[in-house]
Amino acid sequence: MTINPAVARIEKNPKYQELVSRRSNFAWFLTIVILVVYYGFIFVIAYDPSFLGTPISEGSVTTIGFPIGVSIIVGAIILTGIYVRRANGEFDRLTQQLIEESK
Amino acid sequence: MMRALFIFRAGVAALGAVLPGLALAADAVGQTQQQPTNWNAIGMFLAFVALTGFITRWAAKHTHTAADFYAAGGGITGLQNGLAIAGDYMSAASFLGISALVYGSGFDGLIYSVGWLVGWPVILFLIAERLRNLGKYTFADVVSFRLSQTPVRTLSAISSLVVVIFYLIGQMVGAGQLIKLLFGLDYLYAVVVVGALMIIYVTFGGMKATTWVQIVKACMLLAGASFMALMVMINFNFSFNDMFAKAVEISPKHGAIMAPGGLVKDPIAAISLGMALMFGTAGLPHILMRFFTVPDAKQARRSVFYATSFIGYFYILTFIIGFGAIIYVRSNPAYFVGGDNIKGALIGGNNMPALYLADALGGSFFLGFIAAVAFATILAVVSGLTLAGASAISHDLYANVFARGHSDEKTEVTVSKWATVGLGVVAVILGIMFEKQNVAYIVALTFSIAASTNFPVLVMSMFWRGLTTRGAVAGGVVGLICVITMILLGPTVWKTILGHPAAIFPYDYPAIFSIPLAFFTTWLVSVTDSSTSAAKERDKFPAERVRSETGLGAEGAAAH
Repeated sequence: MTINPAVARIEKNPKYQELVSRRSNFAWFLTIVILVVYYGFIFVIAYDPSFLGTPISEGSVTTIGFPIGVSIIVGAIILTGIYVRRANGEFDRLTQQLIEESK
Repeated sequence: MMRALFIFRAGVAALGAVLPGLALAADAVGQTQQQPTNWNAIGMFLAFVALTGFITRWAAKHTHTAADFYAAGGGITGLQNGLAIAGDYMSAASFLGISALVYGSGFDGLIYSVGWLVGWPVILFLIAERLRNLGKYTFADVVSFRLSQTPVRTLSAISSLVVVIFYLIGQMVGAGQLIKLLFGLDYLYAVVVVGALMIIYVTFGGMKATTWVQIVKACMLLAGASFMALMVMINFNFSFNDMFAKAVEISPKHGAIMAPGGLVKDPIAAISLGMALMFGTAGLPHILMRFFTVPDAKQARRSVFYATSFIGYFYILTFIIGFGAIIYVRSNPAYFVGGDNIKGALIGGNNMPALYLADALGGSFFLGFIAAVAFATILAVVSGLTLAGASAISHDLYANVFARGHSDEKTEVTVSKWATVGLGVVAVILGIMFEKQNVAYIVALTFSIAASTNFPVLVMSMFWRGLTTRGAVAGGVVGLICVITMILLGPTVWKTILGHPAAIFPYDYPAIFSIPLAFFTTWLVSVTDSSTSAAKERDKFPAERVRSETGLGAEGAAAH
């Protein structure tokens, strides 16, 4: 395996360290958000299902379980949108600079 | 005796029978009966076959290199790939199975939809762009990046093939049952037709044809489902509360459909299933392979965003469709055996609500359309799976293990085409052999295996410097053996299928145990590996990391 000299230069560039730590903090943060939300939902279903069967308002047939479930689906889409926006903007610009500087 | 709706089982179980009661729920489903021939459905399906045949001919003209064959030349855009991923994921099982579940249990259907969706953000945050930057045609490229090629690729190829073959069985049996139901064709013909069409798409058109077949099918499915949901909502002036009120009035379970029912009882089983679903998706070779069809990390990310949006939207639609079916199907005796819509079963089995709703809303013409879409869906999913399996054989086993990287591209593609034919024949034979088997456990096995073998090794190779060849192989082997053993000793196989009085292993979904075990073994064997080759492998990590983070040196949209 040939070692590309650009690799060594990128590794030493403080911007690389910054990119990696910023992106991985962001990615892990969002991952934890989705895990907490999803397993929280599963725990409520397992331990307190009647909570999700509470009507959203007096006399309403709709229960709060529906807006919660749909919100998790919509929230998952929004989280992916947030990540893609930042990664394709800020992080990719930083990556581009890094590659330029390593030439 | 003909077993209940395989489709339902395949779907639901695939998802992981999210809930412990799922397998039981599946057992309660009615029988599949051959239906009278539906000429509308057959006509529309033939139109789909003609269109995809045309696509395949076009794709074949533009498929010359290995990069074209495996990865559509890397020229698929984020939006196209997002649709194709959604096409891979929105199976007939999820469409019919989830809407049937909502029809039967109301709120519980939503639990499945949520579980099925939440794996996607995780794939985006942790896997998608790194996979694109490190790999070429298969996920084994990524795992073996800095490790010893022969053992690591052999293991990855074997676990990929196990996953692909089990998943194929589930789809083939499901296809046969569905087609018998919808088209009135004999099971044997149905399975052979699916196998033959799939072989044609993949051998002639490679990834290009497979991708476009997925895209066409995803659009048809989304359009059909949107129309149905819209028709339901129009009847209630877009008031969910009015729709729910009507459904509560008609459903024999009344208010109980508005809250979680008995599907999740045991938290460990629920979490284990959730883990299998969430992480199994990230270990499915045909899904991972889709990330090599886009030109760069930017498009890889975009494709997950589009895929998540389409899939999420689709699940919300299936939910409305399920409630619509409670209202319009449950109230119509014509859809029930003996015209008895109080105690009778649905004609054709419990998977039928979405199809009867199509009939109720749009007549037999629209029913034909939805039936054709369901068939097209299975065909597209099977094609993607077969291509992933053929790539494991040709790119990993043949080119990199058998020929040690010295094969030429042309031979490799030829091997891949023959592997496709072989897998197609195997899928048809297994589909016939398993016709009367309970496939629920097979599909569950698929997700659990993917989550316990491919996923841990893939994640460790991308994130952990300390991973060595020995660790990767040990973790993969332990994951594979444990997950299969636990499934064999679990309630579905040991008790229900083999007829022993009690299960040795208490859970149907072992992911909660097998995934951590695979990670732990990988870690333990790696840290205790003091060989010189292990030291070299660790030293190569920084270079791998730079490539995975920046895309420097990644396989470009090459070859064109």
